[in-house]
Amino acid sequence: MAAPSVFLLAVSGEIESGEFPGFDDLYCKFSFVYGQDWVPTAGLEEGISQITSKSSVSPTTLVWNFPIDITFKSTNPFGWPQIVLSVYGPDFFGHDVARGYGAVHVPFVPGRHKRTIAMFVPESTSRLQQLTSWFTGRRPEFTDPKVVAQGEGREVTRVRSQGFVTISFNVMTKDLHKLGYDLPPAEGPGAQGLRGF
Amino acid sequence: KNSQEENLKKILNLNTSPFFSVSDLPPVPSTSRTSFAELSVRQRMREKLKAAKTKAEITLSQEEPSPQPRRLKGIRERKPGLALDKTVKMCIFQNDFPSEEEAYNFFTFNFDAVPEKMKAGARKRNGLNEEEVEEECVETHEDEQEDEMDEDVHLVKDDDLFLGQTDEDLVVMKPVDCESYTEQLKREKEFLFVPSMLAVPASEKMPRNMQPRYLEDEGLYTGERPFVSQSNQNILENRILRQDQVKWFGDDGKILALPNPIKQSSTRPPIFSLEEGIAPELETVYRKAIKMTSTNQYFVGPGDFQGMFQLDIDISGLIFTHHPCFSREHVLAAKLAQLYDQYLARKQKNLTKLLTDKLHALRSAVQSRIGGDGDGVPVAQQSIPEYKMEIRQTRRLRDAEQEKDRTLLKTIIKVWKQIKSLRDFQKFTNTPMKLYLRKEEVDQKSDEKAYEAEIQAEIKELLEECMEEYEKKMEEYKTELQDWKSWRKTQSKKKKKKKDANADEESEEDFGEERIKPIPPKMADSLEIEQQVREKADNCRRKPGEPILVPELTLSGSITPTEQCPRAEVSRREDVKKRSAFIKVLFNSKEVSRTVTRPIGSDFRVHFGQIFNLQIINWPESLKLQIYETTGISSTTLLAEVFLPVPETAVLTGSAPLEEIEFSSDQRVMLDHEGVGSGVSFSFEADGSNKITLMTSGKVSSSVSWAVGEKGIPLIPPLSQQNTGIPSALKNIDAIASIGTSGLTDMKKLAKWAAEAKLDPNDPNNAALMQLITITTNGEAHVPDFFRLEQLQQEFNFVSDEEFNRSKRFRLLQLRNAEVAEFRNYKQVPLHEREISEKIFQDYEKRVQEGDVIDSKNYLDAHRAVVANYLQKVRESVINRFLIAKHHFLLSDLVNEEEIPSLGILGLGLFKLAEPKRPLRPRRKERKKVTAQNLSDGDIKLLVNIIRAYDIPVRKPVMSKLQQPSKSSRSFNEMFAASPSAQSPPNSPDWAFNQVFVRPFVEVSFQRTVCRTTTAEGPSPCWNEELEVPFRAPNGDYSTHSLQSVRDEVFINVFDEVLHDAVEDDRERGSGIHTRIERHWLGCVKIPFTTIYFQARIDGTFKVNIPPVLLGYSKEKNVGMERGYDSVRNLSEGSYITLFITIEPQLIPGESVREKFDTQEDEKLLQAAEKYEAECTSKFPSRQCLTTVIDLDGKTVFITRYIKPLNPPQELLDAVPDRSQTAELVARYVALIPFLPDSVSFAGICDLWSTSDQFLYLLAGDEEEHAVLLCNYFLGMGKKAWLIIGNAIPEGPTAYVLTLEQSQYVIWNPSTGCFYGQYDTFCPLQNVYCLISCDNIWFNMQEYDSPGRINFDTSKPKHWKPFFSRSFPFPGLRSIQPEELTYEHSDKAAALELQSRIEKILKDKIMEWRPTRPTRWNRHCTSTLRNFLPLLEQNQGKDVEDDHQAELQKQLGYYRVSGFPIHMPYSEVRPLIEAVHSTGVHTIDVSNVEFALAVYVHAYPQNVLSIWIYVASLVRNR
Repeated sequence: MAAPSVFLLAVSGEIESGEFPGFDDLYCKFSFVYGQDWVPTAGLEEGISQITSKSSVSPTTLVWNFPIDITFKSTNPFGWPQIVLSVYGPDFFGHDVARGYGAVHVPFVPGRHKRTIAMFVPESTSRLQQLTSWFTGRRPEFTDPKVVAQGEGREVTRVRSQGFVTISFNVMTKDLHKLGYDLPPAEGPGAQGLRGF
Repeated sequence: KNSQEENLKKILNLNTSPFFSVSDLPPVPSTSRTSFAELSVRQRMREKLKAAKTKAEITLSQEEPSPQPRRLKGIRERKPGLALDKTVKMCIFQNDFPSEEEAYNFFTFNFDAVPEKMKAGARKRNGLNEEEVEEECVETHEDEQEDEMDEDVHLVKDDDLFLGQTDEDLVVMKPVDCESYTEQLKREKEFLFVPSMLAVPASEKMPRNMQPRYLEDEGLYTGERPFVSQSNQNILENRILRQDQVKWFGDDGKILALPNPIKQSSTRPPIFSLEEGIAPELETVYRKAIKMTSTNQYFVGPGDFQGMFQLDIDISGLIFTHHPCFSREHVLAAKLAQLYDQYLARKQKNLTKLLTDKLHALRSAVQSRIGGDGDGVPVAQQSIPEYKMEIRQTRRLRDAEQEKDRTLLKTIIKVWKQIKSLRDFQKFTNTPMKLYLRKEEVDQKSDEKAYEAEIQAEIKELLEECMEEYEKKMEEYKTELQDWKSWRKTQSKKKKKKKDANADEESEEDFGEERIKPIPPKMADSLEIEQQVREKADNCRRKPGEPILVPELTLSGSITPTEQCPRAEVSRREDVKKRSAFIKVLFNSKEVSRTVTRPIGSDFRVHFGQIFNLQIINWPESLKLQIYETTGISSTTLLAEVFLPVPETAVLTGSAPLEEIEFSSDQRVMLDHEGVGSGVSFSFEADGSNKITLMTSGKVSSSVSWAVGEKGIPLIPPLSQQNTGIPSALKNIDAIASIGTSGLTDMKKLAKWAAEAKLDPNDPNNAALMQLITITTNGEAHVPDFFRLEQLQQEFNFVSDEEFNRSKRFRLLQLRNAEVAEFRNYKQVPLHEREISEKIFQDYEKRVQEGDVIDSKNYLDAHRAVVANYLQKVRESVINRFLIAKHHFLLSDLVNEEEIPSLGILGLGLFKLAEPKRPLRPRRKERKKVTAQNLSDGDIKLLVNIIRAYDIPVRKPVMSKLQQPSKSSRSFNEMFAASPSAQSPPNSPDWAFNQVFVRPFVEVSFQRTVCRTTTAEGPSPCWNEELEVPFRAPNGDYSTHSLQSVRDEVFINVFDEVLHDAVEDDRERGSGIHTRIERHWLGCVKIPFTTIYFQARIDGTFKVNIPPVLLGYSKEKNVGMERGYDSVRNLSEGSYITLFITIEPQLIPGESVREKFDTQEDEKLLQAAEKYEAECTSKFPSRQCLTTVIDLDGKTVFITRYIKPLNPPQELLDAVPDRSQTAELVARYVALIPFLPDSVSFAGICDLWSTSDQFLYLLAGDEEEHAVLLCNYFLGMGKKAWLIIGNAIPEGPTAYVLTLEQSQYVIWNPSTGCFYGQYDTFCPLQNVYCLISCDNIWFNMQEYDSPGRINFDTSKPKHWKPFFSRSFPFPGLRSIQPEELTYEHSDKAAALELQSRIEKILKDKIMEWRPTRPTRWNRHCTSTLRNFLPLLEQNQGKDVEDDHQAELQKQLGYYRVSGFPIHMPYSEVRPLIEAVHSTGVHTIDVSNVEFALAVYVHAYPQNVLSIWIYVASLVRNR
């Protein structure tokens, strides 16, 4: 068999739940951001979840359990995929408002991983803006949720942290080692989780 | 038992003091006992004492475990200090009276059982003596007191106790128990240790049997110990010794210590405040900004800067005293000259004369002393020997001088003779030297007399001298003789003794000491002396009667001309001619200037006569001259270095004398001609003996002096800056202070400094320096002559550089990261080298390499290729700037945020609520704008709404041609006989109404995507259709900057759909309809994508660009339309189409780079411009006010500077006699310069305005450049012209030109060359904002701004607000345009070549576009068409002569021809191809179609090319 020219990264898992104190009826969007050398070969690159409400009994987390399943092929670890999450929900007047943005890299190490992402939203530039945005229901949003996956230009924004989202990943790689990229063996919480099973 | 008792007593004794102190206290007032009897008290006391005693005894004897002894024991164990404490405690206790309870507790706690026992004991014992009682009193007292308390509390009824208590009894008066100091010391001594201050003997400090070892002596570095006073050190040592910790001592017996950490000089200078109340650190000091003379390392600091000082170095010339090219004669001549110089110098000093005079004076003085009052003054007597000594010395000196004089003279003569003989020998003369010996005759007799007298005097003196010496020696002899004699005697005695003693050895010793008998001195012989004197005089003095010889050296001799010299000499002279010399001036070992190179003359003198003014800042360290000699052209050798002394401060320019400084060089030169060479031995002798070796040497005459400033102040740096100014201590420490930073790189200097400063070579701090010095001075290691900034860079590289450069993958990644256009969006860079093909880089490399190579394929024209390259470079640099700016984000780029609604908007919003829900005339709503960054292919669509068209050309029936007047000035687009038979008039229903038929449809083609509307009918069709054309960005890059540089154009083509009967067989006619659809291109509208992008929407009626000749079509006449000033000429124009174009989704056009440009304009002017703009825009916010623009260099320039009358090409002026026609021609010429929007050429940057000459050179520009050039031409032609800044369709904000013709205003579109009257309905100019002339700007203050509704009279300030007014007059800004434009003449040959090449390319393309069908070219038609084209150009597409049309018809009668000429300005080939493609001529689908294509290129001056392309398709008629 000829030496491989690409390596594959298969990611499955789910956006499990979120904690957004004070907010309810939220839904979640996700998209993958990856470098120029990456190509998704199978699965959904973007998705939108159902609206979920808090349960009346504790734990009062918002559970989406939204599956993600995507396979990438790549020639270069540079630009390793990141999952970008943005959570929306209705405000007092019923307008859809961004409740949180967040991003995390897909784990490098094969195995089961759980990630809790701290979410944040952009802030209004002034008090008056805040008031008008509250009235009009058009809070400041990122022009593109993908900006949270990049470092450039972030210095001009101000954000407020707001809530957490928990994601679990099951990561598999193929040919990564053959192409000369060494990864440490699977360990950490993911591996333990496996052992637990 | 007794001993126990004693013990107890002692213990009790110890306890005394506390209780006494208690009793010293004043009586307690609360005790209120009034009646007590003294006696009874005493008795009871005694009893009680006894009791106590017994009690104690009992307790002890019985050895009961009672609490008391235990307590006592505890006391004993305690230290005395604690006891004292207790006392104090007690005192306090007593002082603030205890509460009853406390008191009770205190007293009852310890002594519970005492009272009963005491009573019992008291009776038993009596025999205690008084003293004991007294001693023990305390104890009892305590008991008593306790009892007393008991009573107080318990109200005890016991009488005895009650009675026995009085104040006097309880209180014992005693002085304060105060320990004396000495006692205290004594006691402290027991437990305190005071180390002694005496020095500790070294032996104690060392471990036993060890000798102290001094590391310093062994050459190890020890460092400087911090200073600690000796006594302190001793104390410390003593203390450490006491603790027996020898480990604190080093091997040398000293306490271990780190080197002194204190710096010798403070790093931070102290700050002194001038003003009070402000902390010195915070005080601000104003310092004038100074120009850094950064290269000067001697910069003392801004505070010390006192300006430039000046050192004048005058180098007047150079004389070689020896040079390799010297001939033998030269050597001798130089020697002679040297000797002569010496002679002259001696003569000037005239030492001989001086000494002779002195001698005479001394002699006479002696004479007078002896002769006169000889025994008169004793002092004088004494001085006679001194005088004599003096005489002797002077005489000796004089003799030496005389001898020197004489030998000098002799050698001069000898050398001169040598020269003469040499000249005779070699038969030519090289030097102009001539020596004359002038004889001065003297009187023989007087001379002889003086000579003799001199000799006699000398003899006499010598005799005296000899006598004295003889006497002295005689004395010495006598004493010696005496000694000898006595010695002799003792010797003989000894011998006698020895004979008796018979001791051999001793005698031997004595014999060794045998003395020689002194020799008596000889008496001097007067004759001998005389002879000596005479001999000497002969040698060194002129003989009497001999004439005095005065040598005189002149340069009057003649040099033998070169022709008469032998070959060796000739070659020598030629060699000399080749040589030249110059001198470098080095200041602080840096070359500051050099003299001109001057040839070395035949006399080996070089005259420079140059004065160098050195502007210096600090006191110079060294001044050096380097003498260089150049031979021939190239080789330059350093002959020698001469150090010039730094002049004293008193040496000023003007007063400094020229000094001659000698130099010599040790270089060895051997020459193959007469020249003697340097460092080579040669001889004057024929046999080669008597060899001499001479080195190149010479003298530089120069002077160094300080310049004098303007006010007569010498420009001398302050003396403090001299080396003495730097404190020597600092100098020792700081290498930079002493030798300067440049010295640091000079190893020799550094080593010298290190030696001088006595740096400790063992100090680790100096290790690096020392190593460096040793290495460099030894020359063992190579010191790199470079400085590495990132030393460890190599270690961090993950692959070696070679590998990195070799790897294609890395290269690809690198290029992509650098955002190189070709690779910017390259996806999936392969992992393996082998998967990357070389092809990827080929294009890029080609582009990079062929940056300057003219790409003739695309441009076909050398000049345009050069310009394109130039533009490409400018573009790249601008893009690079833009790329940087692109990475600066604003909040709005990242975050969408609603803007705060202003009051007006809120009001409007309220008003909107009242609006009808469905208005009759709905308005377009503003769409949401999309930033371009997150778009991908297929997201962007171009919406083209084709509404209607007017005046479409109609088909011309065949018959009509005959009815047409043969020639009409009004209709130039005559129909060619082409209309086919299929569309025969009777068949057409329209024909009945005498109407020609046309079925136009519109096709939009953009990026080769084609959309078309349905077919409408008639010359004024109405489509009302929306077409969607997808947009693809280049390279899939949808960033703003990429979109801005899209150069694609939207072609909106109007076609006529023609149906042809395709039935070939008449029999089928009945059963079916077979038609073939053909389309004929009628005209087009081109709109660049960038225009749409920036305008967001384009809405209006546009003129359709219809070719001047449209075969088979004619134009309906518009009657009654009066347009322009020349109404006759303009009727033919005009087919119009109404369009609406927009982009879906709406894109946010890129903002111009946020940058402030620098400027050379006056600040006041700029402020005025800003104010003016603000005023204008506040009144009319929608109207653009333009005062300053940016030129090609990126500088802000005031706009009026662009307007200046300029000469149009003379060719154009000569072309037509009519002046009005000339104007049109000029406009056409300007329009022929290709249009290239700035946003394309300079992505992102706002408008750049190039001047007219730049524009003509670049041959590309947008509206402004065209307008400025046209306006300048019009002004140059004497017209009244203005620049209009306004808004037009489809360009958007643009510039037009306004002229005043015969009291009518005419608006010119500079990019098309068209002109419109002020009231022309179809004028593309929609709004007028500003008018600009060469000296003013007027802003439109009228209510309306469409040209038809405004007044162009700028003299009315109500209508036009001027920039320069009476309050701010025009300052006379100079134009930035050139004085005059020069034009290159048109190159007809190149045009012809270009023509054929374009033709070939287009033909190839058409064939390429028809891949499935054969493309046949009709050569006959092509040549016919080719003949038409020059005519079209000549008439500017207006009139075509009928002859040619007829000819075409005649020649091509069998064909159905449809075709048209396209006219374009020429920039490059691509637009031509696009234009031809868009017409769709190639799409004709008839099997037997033939094509004709002709190209004509007309060259205008300055390489402006007008291109005509005639395309036609021919279908043969059956």
